This record gives sequence, C-alpha cells and structure tokens, in this order.
Amino acid sequence: MEYIEFESPIRELEEQLKKTKQLQTETGQDLSRTMREIEKSIISTRKDIQKNLSPWQKVQLSRHPSRPYTLAYIQAITNGNFLELHGDRGVKDDKAMVGGWGIIDGESYMLIGQQKGINTKMRQYRNFGMANPEGYRKALRLMKMAEKFNRPVITFIDTPGAFPGLEAEERGQGEAIARNIYEMCALKVPIICIIIGEGASGGALGIGVGDKVLMLENTWYSVISPESCSSILWRNWDHKEQAAKALKLTAEDMLKNKLVDGIIKEPLGGAHVNPEEIFETVKQTIIKTAAKLLETPKNKLIDSRIKKLSKMGVFDE
Amino acid sequence: MGWFKRNKEGITTETKDKKETPEGLWHKCPKCKVIVRQEDHEATFWVCGHCEYHERIDAKEYFSFLFDDGKYQELDSKMRSKDPLEFEDTKKYKERYDSTVKKTGLNDAITTGYGLLHGQAVTIAAMNFSFIGGSMGSVVGEKISRAIQNAVKHKTPFVMISKSGGARMQEAAFSLMQLAKTSAQLTLLSEAGLPYVSILTDPTTGGVTASYAMLGDINIAEPGALIGFAGPRVVKETIGKELPDGFQTSEFVLEHGFLDFIFKRHELKDKLKFFFDCTLQKEETAVAK
Ligand SMILES: [Zn+2]
Repeated sequence: MEYIEFESPIRELEEQLKKTKQLQTETGQDLSRTMREIEKSIISTRKDIQKNLSPWQKVQLSRHPSRPYTLAYIQAITNGNFLELHGDRGVKDDKAMVGGWGIIDGESYMLIGQQKGINTKMRQYRNFGMANPEGYRKALRLMKMAEKFNRPVITFIDTPGAFPGLEAEERGQGEAIARNIYEMCALKVPIICIIIGEGASGGALGIGVGDKVLMLENTWYSVISPESCSSILWRNWDHKEQAAKALKLTAEDMLKNKLVDGIIKEPLGGAHVNPEEIFETVKQTIIKTAAKLLETPKNKLIDSRIKKLSKMGVFDE
Repeated sequence: MGWFKRNKEGITTETKDKKETPEGLWHKCPKCKVIVRQEDHEATFWVCGHCEYHERIDAKEYFSFLFDDGKYQELDSKMRSKDPLEFEDTKKYKERYDSTVKKTGLNDAITTGYGLLHGQAVTIAAMNFSFIGGSMGSVVGEKISRAIQNAVKHKTPFVMISKSGGARMQEAAFSLMQLAKTSAQLTLLSEAGLPYVSILTDPTTGGVTASYAMLGDINIAEPGALIGFAGPRVVKETIGKELPDGFQTSEFVLEHGFLDFIFKRHELKDKLKFFFDCTLQKEETAVAK
C-alpha cells in the first residue's frame, strides 16, 4: 500500500498495528486488545480525514497510486467473463483505451474505459491513460457494435486528458472526440458512464456522454486539471489548491450543478482501501441502473439524453 | 440432436474419418522440427506442443473440433467451377481443376457447414488451402454467399475461416467480383443483426483481405499467420527497402488496429461461444434441446 501525504496518520497507525502483530507472534503475548484499539483509531482517523477533505485532496485521492483502474473493475465485476477486443480498424491498437464484451450477472455489456498502468513500465505502455485518436475510434467502434447487438454500454472514465501529441493532432484528436460525443448522443442503447478516477476535459467526455453519468465519491471532473488551470490563470503551478476549489470539480459540486447524475459512495478512506467493496458497489449500481434503462423505450431514452444535455449551462437574458 | 441428419445430401462427417490414419505415422513440425505421433498432433488441434506453430489445416479439420461431436450438415457440397473463360496457362484450367479435385478429394477451395457449436446453431465456411492455394473463384464466392443466406434463414451466427493466396486468376474478373458479391451478402447478415466472426489463418492474402476477411464484427487470427493485401515480395520490390521484422504477421496486424485478438486454436471454440452469448438477441438464440 502506498500513502499520500494526508494519509500519513494512517500510515503511522498501520505501521504500529503491524509492529504489534509482529510482537505478538514473537513473544506469544496476547496483544489483541491493543490491536483492536489501533484498528478503531484507524477508522476514526479515516473518518476525520474524509470529513475534512479539500477539493485538492480529492483530486489527490482520485490519482492515488493504489487506486484500482478500469481493467481491475472489469475483471472483478465480470468475474473474468470478459473478451477484450482491440484496434480501431485504421491505424493502431491504443493501449490507453480498453474495451470488450463482458457478462455481468448473466447479461452481456460492452465495457469500455481509459486504462492507466499499474507500475512504471505499464504506465508508459498505457501512455498514462491518455488516449490517442485511435483510442477514441476504437471506443466508438465498440459502442457501435453494442448498438448493433442491442446491448448496453458501460464506460469507465479515468484520464488526465487526451494525449497532446504530434501524431494525435495529425490524426485528428479533436475530430475523434467530437465524433464520439456526437454518436453517443444518439446511440440507440443505454449508456452508463462512471468516473472512477480523473475526468479531465474532452479526453473524458469522449467516452462520457450517457443516460446516467455517475462519479465515484473521490473523483474529479472538469474542463481542465487544477494544475493546468493554475498555470494558465495564475501563471504558475502554485495555485492548484485554489484552482481545485474554484473549479467545483468534486462529485458533490458536479451533482449540485446537475452536470452529472449521481455519486457512488466509496469505502472509508477511498476505493484503494477496499477495492473488493467498491467493485461490488459499482457492479450492483450497473445492474440496477441498466435494468431500469433497458425498460425505457429507445426513442424516449435518446430523447431524454438529449434533453438532459440541452439543459446544461447557466445564463441570464 | 437429430435435426441435422435430415438433410437431402445426407452428408455428415464423423470424427472417425480422421482417426483412420495408419498407426505409426509421425508428424515433424516444420518450424522447430520436433517429431510427435500423428495422433498426438491431432489431439493438440494440429498445433506443435513445443513451439506452438499452428499448422495449416483445411475445413475438414476445423469442422472436426468446432462442430459438436464433429457433426454438421455440409452445404452445396457438389458445386464446381465451370471454367467460363476456357482459361489456359501452362496447363488448361479445366485439367488443373480436375486433377486437383482428384488429388484432394475436394470440389473447390471452400467447404461450408451448418451445425451446433456448444449447442448453438452456427454456419461456418472454411477455406481449403490445399485446393489451388485456397484461391477464390466463382465457387468460393457462391458458397460463402449461400452460407450467409443459410445463417440469415436460420438466424445463426456466421463464421468465416479464411486461408487463401487471393483471387483465382483463371477466373479473372469473375473472381474479382466475388469480393463484391460476398460483401453484398454480408450487408444482409448485418441487417439481420446476426454476428459475423472472421477468422484469419495462415495465409490470408490478396483479394480475400480486401473483402470478407476484414469485415467481421470481430476479426480474429491464429498466431504468426501471414496477413496482408499485397504479398511481402511485391511490397519489398515496390518500395525497394527491407521490410520490418514481423511485417504482415498476425501480431503486426493486431498492433495496427485491424484484429480484435489473436487466439490459440484450442481456445477458439469457447471464445466463439462467448462472443455469440454476448451478441445474440435473446429471442433469436436457437438453442438445441
Ligand atoms: Zn514446433
């Protein structure tokens, strides 16, 4: 387990717990009471931290190095019943975007998402979860396949942004994202989008138009990352905390502004503290939400999707 | 399970057929040269147990393990080419054709069948490389088209196993137009909402890649297969440069975005069934009792 700075009280307690356990094994002394006390204080410390999390700290949690990524969710909620499909039928197979058919509780779904790497080597391989145009085109190809076979689409959003590269521009990064947004608006099957980590701008929205857009409790979603926002508006990187606050990028704020449709509660301390628990929560949410959407007639589904999107924006006239 | 026996042609292939190889036959892997007993080679789906080389096999072998108990109804088994151009190269096409029929016991470079795959009704077309290099002429095009029609009629998925050097020159533009004809039929399959799996095996080149082989809902391939439109020699001569390592292999084609995945032969049947389970509309799923 890795810890980020505001988790340091937890780290101390967990180290204490480990030492006590060790001591018990070495000495044969019964230290179960002490251990229970430490465990209790871990929980209460986590609760305190959770209560006072700043927007910036939530951004940090969304990027926690131990946080589960898309394929971990997919493997867990399909219980391994997943057939990964590759390629955009044009240029490349983008490793930053994954997708394929999966069976959850006896029903098939098209599961798609950005994928970050779990270690240094894999982070490079996955391009840090930053998709190229071919990634968005792969995603669209798979969504169209789901539409053809009348099955729902689930997307897992976790990206620091679409890849800002030379070839990405040559191959039309903007066009690829635009096309996805456009096609998703009118896709004839239910779409559920779940932000499981970072929801950075167009790169996120490129697989983010859906009937139900849900954010995990400790994630962020906005037009720009707090760091980049700080560097553009404050002309340096030091105002990221202020930027995080100003952007109203947390799940709570996004729901309040009706820019997303719901929040999925994470285990105490965050998804990384108890991955099994968050997998189960997400699985149940998908089953319940998809069942409801599948009952909705197709024309009504698209109609309300478009209406929902059309309502976004605040103005006076 | 009696439905497929009630066919007019009465052709059902039993797995027994292939067991009739005389005992004591040995197979030498063309890649790693390891020698195994022929029976063992067949038991591993004609894949080398040492280096995983996937030996080229024809329709009969694919059908023996893809269809349940190796049983299926063969479609249009008697169809043969007519030599409309009275083509002659170093040999008359007619003579070449007749002697190939005699030598291979096949009527053309394709066999099509209808049967059950893990209980799911399915239509499969598989090419025979041993018949004039798996070249595609009128018969190949027509039998694929009819197999697709069979799939639409019985609401089954369609599986195409390609293994071809390309178009059959001896049928000239008739051959070329099979690219369009088979594609036309595939649009009807798609309209019917039925899944199409294109399987590319060693080699899948020329006109076949420019039509049905690349048009699957999913395109999948065996490892190490040669897959490409223009042959490597032609490409090399044209650009006047050395070709990159692994050029036009399955792995190369996957990396460039044209394959959904590469499978090992023993996984194929289960993967197909999983894909059908995910894509078939529930009310349309024909499950055999
Ligand atoms: Zn070998």
